[in-house]
Amino acid sequence: MHGLLKNNIGEQILLLGNEAIARGALEAGVAFTAAYPGTPSSEIALQFFQISQESDLYFEYSANEKVALEVAAGAAMCGLKAMVTMKHVGLNVASDALMTLAYTRIAGSLVLVVADDPFMFSSQNEQDSRWYGKLSGLPILEPSTVAEARDMAAYAFELSGELKLPVILRTTTRINHSSGMVTLGPLRPRVAKGHFEKNPFAYVCIPAVSRNLHPKLLDKIARATEIADNSPWNRIEDDGAWGIVCNGVSYGYVSDALDELGLADRFRVLRVGFSHPFPEELTRRFLEGCEKVLVVEEGESYLQEAVRNCAQNSGLTLPIQGKGQGLFSRLYEFDPTLVKKVIASFFQQPFTPAVPIRTDDLPEAPARPPTLCPGCPHRATYVAVREVFGDNAIYPTDIGCYTLGLLPPLNMGDFLIAMGAGVGTAGGFARATGRKVVAFIGDSTFFHSGLSPLASAVYNQHDFLLVVLDNGTTGMTGHQPHPGVDLGHLNLPRKPISIEAVVKGLGVENVLTVNPFHHRKTVEAVRGLADCRGVSVLIARAPCPLYERTLPGFRRRRPLHVKPERCRNHQVCTTKLACPVFVVREGRIEIDADRCTGCALCAQLCPEKAIAAIPGKEENR
Amino acid sequence: MKAIRIMIVAVGGQGNILAARVLGEAAAATGITPRMSEFHGMAQRGGVVESMVRLGEGKGYCIADGTADVLLGFEPAETIRAAKKCGAHTVIVSNTAPQPPFTVAMGKARYPQIDSALAVLAGRVKRLVALDATALALTAGSALSMNMVMLGGLVQTGVLPIPADTFRRVIAEKMKAAFVAMNLRAFDLGMRAAEQGAVES
Repeated sequence: MHGLLKNNIGEQILLLGNEAIARGALEAGVAFTAAYPGTPSSEIALQFFQISQESDLYFEYSANEKVALEVAAGAAMCGLKAMVTMKHVGLNVASDALMTLAYTRIAGSLVLVVADDPFMFSSQNEQDSRWYGKLSGLPILEPSTVAEARDMAAYAFELSGELKLPVILRTTTRINHSSGMVTLGPLRPRVAKGHFEKNPFAYVCIPAVSRNLHPKLLDKIARATEIADNSPWNRIEDDGAWGIVCNGVSYGYVSDALDELGLADRFRVLRVGFSHPFPEELTRRFLEGCEKVLVVEEGESYLQEAVRNCAQNSGLTLPIQGKGQGLFSRLYEFDPTLVKKVIASFFQQPFTPAVPIRTDDLPEAPARPPTLCPGCPHRATYVAVREVFGDNAIYPTDIGCYTLGLLPPLNMGDFLIAMGAGVGTAGGFARATGRKVVAFIGDSTFFHSGLSPLASAVYNQHDFLLVVLDNGTTGMTGHQPHPGVDLGHLNLPRKPISIEAVVKGLGVENVLTVNPFHHRKTVEAVRGLADCRGVSVLIARAPCPLYERTLPGFRRRRPLHVKPERCRNHQVCTTKLACPVFVVREGRIEIDADRCTGCALCAQLCPEKAIAAIPGKEENR
Repeated sequence: MKAIRIMIVAVGGQGNILAARVLGEAAAATGITPRMSEFHGMAQRGGVVESMVRLGEGKGYCIADGTADVLLGFEPAETIRAAKKCGAHTVIVSNTAPQPPFTVAMGKARYPQIDSALAVLAGRVKRLVALDATALALTAGSALSMNMVMLGGLVQTGVLPIPADTFRRVIAEKMKAAFVAMNLRAFDLGMRAAEQGAVES
């Protein structure tokens, strides 16, 4: 049985934040779940995927976040309890549906988990999703601890059901990827079948209907504000004359800082966990009798603006600061010392930071940039495309492992903004410059948001080569399936959609498929497509080596070695490929046989043919 | 209980996060509240993986510079990279077996002289235990058990208020059955290596 289905009420177990969120949803009786994976949210969906295989919980990996939200919304409109999970930029994709979903009355309940990524550990921006609360009018809950992530996930369903609105549970990486003790509560039974009651003049958002629905949303926001004012998630701690307002992980830093500075009795702290609509009345009470206030929040000045608004509405003129010179930044993550330092300086208290040992005279640790794995087919494709076009082409790229092709020595990646935007921007680059443009997109990203820009490019007669890097899985986020993936080995009947058929169906005439580990054939295919006018597509297909080895029947290929008598130390293998299996010992190239997957790309490129499979070394894994 | 802050640094694939999980479970089994945070965005792609484990009092999940009570380095260059987390009170347990990044093979970066760097570090912290955890893991049965060698080394230093047997129990309960015996061997080899002191800087 899945660990999260344990019904040992009262037992304390160690859970990852994302596991705690899934547990909270299960305790609330969630019946319908959907997601597109994205760090740091992915492990929530993983729990649902696993649990759906042994229970009546419905889960699907949808093609993108908008579809995930829509499929969950359909189920919620039939009275089910539904949850959808995504990373912050995924909410941009889903936002079109979300904005108007706020107007229609949800029949059951719908919780949207959005995971922000301050510092951009693995994201292209660090946008602050709390603004979506204001934009949509929807309630936002923000946990400060792993245990609270479970509690709030469960409560979010209650709130959604009460208000008949979707509710946003907003986390940051430090909650998703932290672990802590969680006390198990009872698992409510799931209601897996729903019923749809037709009511087109409430649900079909044509202008005449929406004009009636928008005032209803405003009424709900007013009700939600009342709930926020009285919510246990928003609380005032202590009653000193100095005020701190904080949310999320910042609350832990503040709490520890006041203890460590020995100042707890001088402060009052307003912890905002139900942050939209903002608890105005509670905040007014907090501000009265307060001398000055520091707002401690990562990201944008959402709370700071709300607290200042509240002060202005209440005719209070006390200083309220948060972001600014000598205070907090809108950039990156906070850490305990930073929070302590700013609190001490703003309230003019002495503070001696912990003294790190001297490290400036230690030798520098070599940079350890992430790199494409040994045996990664993307490396092979990049080497072939570079062999044909070198630096002459413009290379728009996309979101996935293959973005790492940007790094030397591959240097394949000139522009990256968003999922699917490699295809979309390619036409602009080509039209504006008349230069050769080669765009890259992964298979999962292709199904996520590559189809519409490709159709648009074909119809508008753009001129570029699109390379679909098809490794048969969603590699970056941990090998989730997408509409092109066969799941027969999990006994899940799915008919994979052929990328060739899709591309041809969208009107692309010049389409070739290659195995990128056949280097010469791949180079020939790229050359063949190089002269085609219009949009042409190369599908480079070979499995992700990390995914492949989890599949049944996987047989490890023989690893390679360098024959020292042949090697003349050209080092083409290391300087062109940057495969992490190569090590240099006393000036000579060697291959780490434990890590080599035997893909043999290097063997095809070695000018002396000095790289070959290790004779007889074969094993099953 | 006064908080103990343990910083674990490693290269993707070295089992850092699993080691942190075992440590957290062992703490919980002893009645000590663990709070842990991991950074593993690009873990499988050869990048640096960090785990921060806080035991006892407090609410935060992170460890600021100069405040780690323990630095557990699964790879010696990573120990050096994370040294700023240490103060004079810190105990360092470091693997001595290098895993150079591909940038070194490309000639874009140099791998540091480990012995002398660890010797310098040893003079600045409370205690530094250096052991060839990779070799010991191979003795135990596989390089994959290196994380358990390191946990054994950590437990032997006595900085944790958690008995070794609790770790052994957690390893037996939480790890894949096929690897339990090997991981227990690795854990004990790590304890013994740290105990013998022959490898201490």
